[in-house]
Amino acid sequence: MRSEPVVQVQALEKRYGTKTAVNGLDLVAEAGVTAVLGPNGAGKTTTVETCEGYRRPDSGTVRVLGLDPVRQSAELRPRIGVMLQSGGVYSGARADEMLRHVARLHAHPLDVAALIERLGLGSCGRTSYRRLSGGQQQRLALAMAVVGRPELVFLDEPTAGLDPQARRATWDLVKDLRADGVSVILTTHYMEEAEQLADDVAIIDGGRVIAQGSPEELCKGGAENTLRFTGRPGLDVGSLLKALPSDCTAAELTPGSYRVVGKVDPQLLATVTSWCAQHGVMPDRISVERHTLEDVFLELTGKELRS
Amino acid sequence: MTTATGTYSPKPGAAPLPRMIAAQAALETKMLLRNGEQLLLTVVIPTLLLALFSSVDIVDTGRGKAVDFLAPGILALAVMSTAFTGQAIATGFERRYGVLKRLASSPLPRWGLMAAKTASVLVTEVLQVILLTVIAFALGWSPHGDPAAVLLLLVLGTAAFSGLGLLMAGTLKAEATLAAANLVFLLLLVGGGVIVPLTKFGPAAQHVLGLLPISALSDGLRDVLQHGAGMPWGDLGILAVWAVLALAAAGKFFRWE
Repeated sequence: MRSEPVVQVQALEKRYGTKTAVNGLDLVAEAGVTAVLGPNGAGKTTTVETCEGYRRPDSGTVRVLGLDPVRQSAELRPRIGVMLQSGGVYSGARADEMLRHVARLHAHPLDVAALIERLGLGSCGRTSYRRLSGGQQQRLALAMAVVGRPELVFLDEPTAGLDPQARRATWDLVKDLRADGVSVILTTHYMEEAEQLADDVAIIDGGRVIAQGSPEELCKGGAENTLRFTGRPGLDVGSLLKALPSDCTAAELTPGSYRVVGKVDPQLLATVTSWCAQHGVMPDRISVERHTLEDVFLELTGKELRS
Repeated sequence: MTTATGTYSPKPGAAPLPRMIAAQAALETKMLLRNGEQLLLTVVIPTLLLALFSSVDIVDTGRGKAVDFLAPGILALAVMSTAFTGQAIATGFERRYGVLKRLASSPLPRWGLMAAKTASVLVTEVLQVILLTVIAFALGWSPHGDPAAVLLLLVLGTAAFSGLGLLMAGTLKAEATLAAANLVFLLLLVGGGVIVPLTKFGPAAQHVLGLLPISALSDGLRDVLQHGAGMPWGDLGILAVWAVLALAAAGKFFRWE
């Protein structure tokens, strides 16, 4: 099922005064869930808000569902759902009232009562928006983004500051959206979120996409993995190296403690253990350290995700 | 693994435009009527001023019954309180809290939002006029004049004050709008011929004050309702100029975020 990309961004540049927020960014998002991952100030929100039609690019082109978000806004708006990072609701409005209102702006909205139930907003009762908890406000914003039955939903840090339970509820909804054929673009600085939800991850730093791929591709692509084992001291590392693929390195870090760095896959593990068997070595405490997206990110940007 | 249920399968589409605008106007009106400060401004203050100054002789309102002088001025004040002060404050905070931004990505077009805001202002004004008229009659008001002239004055006054209110809300910070809109309300209440006749001010001041939209509106309403004059073209002209300038400036300088 290869269809047209839902979002195509080419050479996007956006400056605010002298500050460059987005600096020649290219991004193609296919149908499914795409996570835009990056530290604060990387350009995530600017990119997403340009796709939503809020910002006019200084240069470059942006197409969302094949449309120009600024010039073809009227055509595009009914087809997308937007969750802002914060706010967006009348401070005196009740959750159900606001959600019903957004539903009324659409031709075939979801069942509002069911959505309220689904997101645990029923307990908000007659409380006005400004008195809702941060988590309730976030979930209301999420509900407002999906109630119009859009083809594509933009979620800007949908779980920032949520407790684990509320985060789980949000993740479950994103998974259901995906299963029903709704595409999702979400920004996050939670690695786990990207790993859990995304078909595709774009890592942004300094206003550019510095890596993109599925979580698996990114983890085995950019970063080297490590295999460690302990055995008797003074093994012939040179002979081990000969048995390994050429792009691997092996070393005895401290007496009896060995490390192999390279593309760690089942074949490599088998090579190491059979070499050990040939040399009468019992590889104690053999362990594989697979890189997470967190490591990939650190390696690519030199930055911690959550600053 | 999650399985498809079809609950969320895409079925996008905008509601028909009239339905969107009606829904937006209804919500805006509901928010306004629910807000205590707004009610104080649009209902309580005009009502109190009308009742108090008509029954207690505090300000010398010239010959004739006090209510005949006051009722037109208070109607002008009601228009200003809703179209200018109330709308400026509400819109300022909607802008601050991202409501305008969120609605800008909904199917409702921006002009639709503005149309809804105008409808909401007009609905509120109709309620105000009904309430104030009933109270004024109870206080012995005997209005004259052409209802069409009154309607035209109210509509042009609403346009002028809406333009000024939106200009303020769309350019200043919400807190600054709150402070400035209340201050302007107070100053124009005193210096705009609402309850204090402009003749109380010096001749030079009168000329300047007479050009204010609130003075034009209260003076025009008074000419018609108290003195039974025909179309007050001078006052209508002043209001029209304010309306054109303020709406054009609001259109040019309004920032949605």
